[in-house]
This record gives sequence, structure tokens and C-alpha cells, in this order.
Amino acid sequence: MELFTNQILAGIATGAIYACMALAVVMIYQAIDHLNFAQGEMAMFSTFISWQLMQWGIPYWGAFVLTLAISFAGGIAIERLLFKPLAKAPILTNVAGFIALFAIINSVAGLIWDFTIKQYPTPFGSHPFLGSQLISTHQAGMIGVTILLLIGLFFFFQFTRIGLAMRAAASLPESARLVGINTSWMIALGWGMAAAIGSIAGMLIAPVVFLEPNMMGGVLIYGFAAAVLGGLTSPFGAVIGGFLVGIFENLAGTYIPGVGNELKLPIALALIITVLVVKPAGLFGRPIVKRV
Amino acid sequence: MSAIQEVVTEAPTVEAVPKRAMTLGAGSSLVMLALLILVPLFVKNFIIFQLTMLLIYGLAVLALNILTGGSGQFSLGQSAFYGVGAYTSAILMEHVGMNYALTLPIAGVICFAFGFLFGQPALRLSGVYLALATFALATAMPQLLKLGYFEPWTGGVQGLVVTKPDAPFGLPMSQDMWLYYFTLAVTIAIYIFSVNLLKSRSGRAFMAIRDNEIAASAMGVDVALYKTLAFGVSAGITGVAGGLGAIAVQFVAPDSYTITLAISLFLGMVVGGVGWLPGSIVGSAFIIFVPNIAEGISKGLSGAVFGVLLFLVIFLVPHGARQVAIVAQQILGKLKKG
Repeated sequence: MELFTNQILAGIATGAIYACMALAVVMIYQAIDHLNFAQGEMAMFSTFISWQLMQWGIPYWGAFVLTLAISFAGGIAIERLLFKPLAKAPILTNVAGFIALFAIINSVAGLIWDFTIKQYPTPFGSHPFLGSQLISTHQAGMIGVTILLLIGLFFFFQFTRIGLAMRAAASLPESARLVGINTSWMIALGWGMAAAIGSIAGMLIAPVVFLEPNMMGGVLIYGFAAAVLGGLTSPFGAVIGGFLVGIFENLAGTYIPGVGNELKLPIALALIITVLVVKPAGLFGRPIVKRV
Repeated sequence: MSAIQEVVTEAPTVEAVPKRAMTLGAGSSLVMLALLILVPLFVKNFIIFQLTMLLIYGLAVLALNILTGGSGQFSLGQSAFYGVGAYTSAILMEHVGMNYALTLPIAGVICFAFGFLFGQPALRLSGVYLALATFALATAMPQLLKLGYFEPWTGGVQGLVVTKPDAPFGLPMSQDMWLYYFTLAVTIAIYIFSVNLLKSRSGRAFMAIRDNEIAASAMGVDVALYKTLAFGVSAGITGVAGGLGAIAVQFVAPDSYTITLAISLFLGMVVGGVGWLPGSIVGSAFIIFVPNIAEGISKGLSGAVFGVLLFLVIFLVPHGARQVAIVAQQILGKLKKG
């Protein structure tokens, strides 16, 4: 039994990483209706920017805030320059665009900061949390930040004019335009926010997985899986999905014989698909009813 | 507002391509065929090998095109079918001692069954959810191939070495050239099969499902059957391509069939034009040659150069090679008139 609770705790700790990333994924899905395959690379690039700022002597929180601002602006710039012209192109062409963006960011980051692994500082310290060896203060801090972020987003979308406008632009663009919402800028704003949330995720994850251009590969896959599991329309579902994926993965690694680190991912994915077959819109997603 | 009552007006994932627009006219087909037959006679062995790979990836892109362009389903798991096909051929050749040509239909049938079965649970999923499911298949496949239980057959992490076949009947041809013509013959056969498939009742059913699933079922199309059938056919053709790939590369290993391959095939389809079968060969050329060109332009930034080239292509021709072909046709038409 102790092994079981310990594994669940460890699962929650890794789940926090996925939850963070899933939140960014859902954010952009809300705004543009696609999964952005380059999301992880954008977060990685932001994290490198914050690292560079710290190398130049700016304190952690200063670098944190600056990075948020830069990522927000960067997200908007990417949308305006690269994806606005593609708005009318077929969806699959857009997906190819994400893959191209992925290749570009990864390669440029590798050229500027090279592929060696770098240490990344944490503001929370890495002592055992409340005397438990399984969750460090950093991981607890990460869970805390994720939950704060979730609450912040909830208030933004439910209680501000601009949040309402974004929701309107995402669910019914034509009607939104008729009531005077600039839907094109709402999409850009969505990109900006997704990039900023991604940068928070990156800066929280970097102390755990270390900083290098390929750090996000695995994390993004789990982030997608978590977002899909929780339901792509629900930020709350995405966070819960993140924790569930973390727990699944740890339990599968411990209890199913013959499953090493290698098979953890396929098993976690298989489980998610099983859930999706039963509940196609995800656990907390809203089933979409189409008008025929 | 009740949570379930949200009405979404949504464009279909894959745009409708009329049946006639999916293939080439007789004249252009013959020119293309003549080129494919004659070119290898004048180039070096290494280039012949690359041309063979061009045809093989072309087949794999064609298979994805039938699935996505034909029936409107999306797959990031083609690398899994390609891998199963490659391993089937390799195991039959090396452990059973079967003739290489005979292993291909078997690889096709096994992959057809595999794809058909995989299509069953995938029926309930669409769009990004289907993408995730197929993606899971692609990430799982290399791990499954490495599993200890299959090691006596698959060779585990090391993989299997495959012997390259000689030209039969004492034909005066290098192995590479023989393999090229063999691949070409298989490719042409499968291309003709695919064109006819899409023209047939089944093809029309695929396209009806792609354009509007509910309307299709109202017209009496068995949606579940045809969706899984599309998966099966696509997997089967990919399996044959995989088998040919194993023979051409002379080596199979689990890490050759990762998600990267599936993504390349997807890019090939987009560049070639979704739903335009002849575009598959253009897409295949893109995924084989453009990474090399990018490497040639800048070693350190090859990824960025590849990305920029890809962006250029999708900015200039968002509908892929099909768009180029249509424009060319219009210009030719004007020249004839004037």
C-alpha cells in the first residue's frame, strides 16, 4: 500500500509538468481550433531567453516577467507573420506549417545556444516537501503555480470583456464579428497567451528535465495526451488530465510486469485511447453537436 | 445555454476533390511513365537507389492520400504499417527463405488486416482524436519491435540484414537497376489499382463519407465498413511499400520506423496535394531531396532551412503540387487556343 501511495505521489509530481503544458495546448486550441505541434519548441525557446537574461545578470523574477512579455509578443508576431496568411488554407496545410515552425525553432535554438545540457535555477529550492522524499519543494511550487494559472485563466475567461470576446470569437466567429469583435486579433491574442503560458511551463519544467533544445519532445507528447484526455475544450480538464497521465504512467511502470521506461509511453497512450473510445470528447470536454 | 446544445458550423477537415481531378490525363501519364523508365539508364547506381526510394515513399504517400484525400481520415501512424510491412518481408526472406517478390503480397495482406482491425476502435474518433490515436500507434511500434519475446524473429534492437536480390534470367543489369524496375512495376500496378479503386463504388463511398458522413449514411453507405476498409487498404499499400523499402535498404531496425517517418509521409502528402494521387511522387521527392538540399545550404541550420523551404511551399501553393498542375494546364490550354 505504501508503494501504491508513493507511486501516486510521484505521478502527481510528474503530472504537474504535463498539466502545465496541457494548459498551454488547450489555450491555443481554444483560440485557433488546431493542436500546435510547435508549442513545445516555442516554450523551449522562451525558456532559453529567460536563461540568457539571467546569464546577463537579471534576477530570476525580473527575467521571468521579461520572458513572459517577450513570449507574448513573440506569439503574436508568429501569428501575424506566418499563420494569418494561412488562415484560408486547408487545415492540413496549417499542420504542415506547425511542423515547419517546429524545425525552424529547434534548429535556431541549437545554433544560438548549442545542444549541451544546461542547469536551470528554481525559485522554490529543491528540498523534500513536507518531509516527503517523493515531492520536492520545486514540484510542489510547480503544482501551486499551475493551479494559480488555472484560477487566473478561469477569471479571465469568465469575468472580463476581452475573455468573453475571445470565447465568442472561438465558438462562433461569424456571429462574433457581427457584434463588433475583431476576431482576427482575438486569434493573435490567443497565440500570445498560449506562448506566455508555454513559457511559464518551460521555466517550471527546465529545472527538472534540464535545459536543451530537445527538452520538450517528450513533454509535449504527454501534454497533448493530457489535454485530449481531459477534453480539449476545458482548461480544468487539461490540468486534471495532466495529473492523471502522470499517475497512469507511474502505476503502469510499477505494476505491469515487463514494462520498463521504454513501454511507459505506449501504455499511457493506449489507456488514453481506451478512455477516448468510451468518451470521445475527453473526460471534461463538451460534446460538440453539429448542425446538419 | 445548455452545455450540450452548442452548435458549431465547421468546415470539413479535408476539402472535397472531385473524382476526375484526382488523377492525370492519359497524355501526361505516358510522359511521366516514359521518364520513369528511361532516366535510370543514364545515371549512377547511387542515384538509381535514390529513385527507387522515391518510388517507395511515393507509394506510402499514395496510401496516406487514399486514406486522407479519399475517405477524409487523418493518420500519423503510417510509419507503423510501413514498419510491419518491412519486418514481414525481412522475416519471410531471412528466416523462411522465401523469394522476395512473394513476400510483398503477404506483407500487404498482413498490413491490410492490421489496418482493418486498427480502424475498428478508430471509428469512434475523428480529427485530432484520431490523430492522437494513430500517433500513439506510431510511437508504440518501435518499442513493440524491440520487445524480447519477438527477438528470435526480429533480431531485437540490432534488426535484420536483408540480402539484395540479383536480376533474374541472367539479365545484364546491376542489382540496383533491377530493383528499380521491379519497384517501378509494383508501383504502376498499385497506382492503377488505386485509381480504379477511387473510381469504383467503394471509392465513391469513401468520398461520400469524406464530404458528409451523415448524408453518406442516409444514401445507404455502410460508413463503419468503408471507413475501416479505407484504413485497411491504406495500411496494405503502406505495407507493400515497407516491404520494398526493406529490400532496397537491405536492413530493418526498429528505429527506422519512428514517428519521424510518419510525419515525413504526412508532409509529402500535403506538398503533393491532398487527394491528388500523382502528387504523391512530388511529395515523395520533397521529403527525400529537400532535407539533403537544406543540409547543403547550411549544416548547422539544416532544420531551419528545411522549415523555411516548407513554409515557402505552403505559402506559394497551399494546395500543393495539384495547384501547380492546374495552373500549368490552364496555361497550356490558353497557348493551344492562341
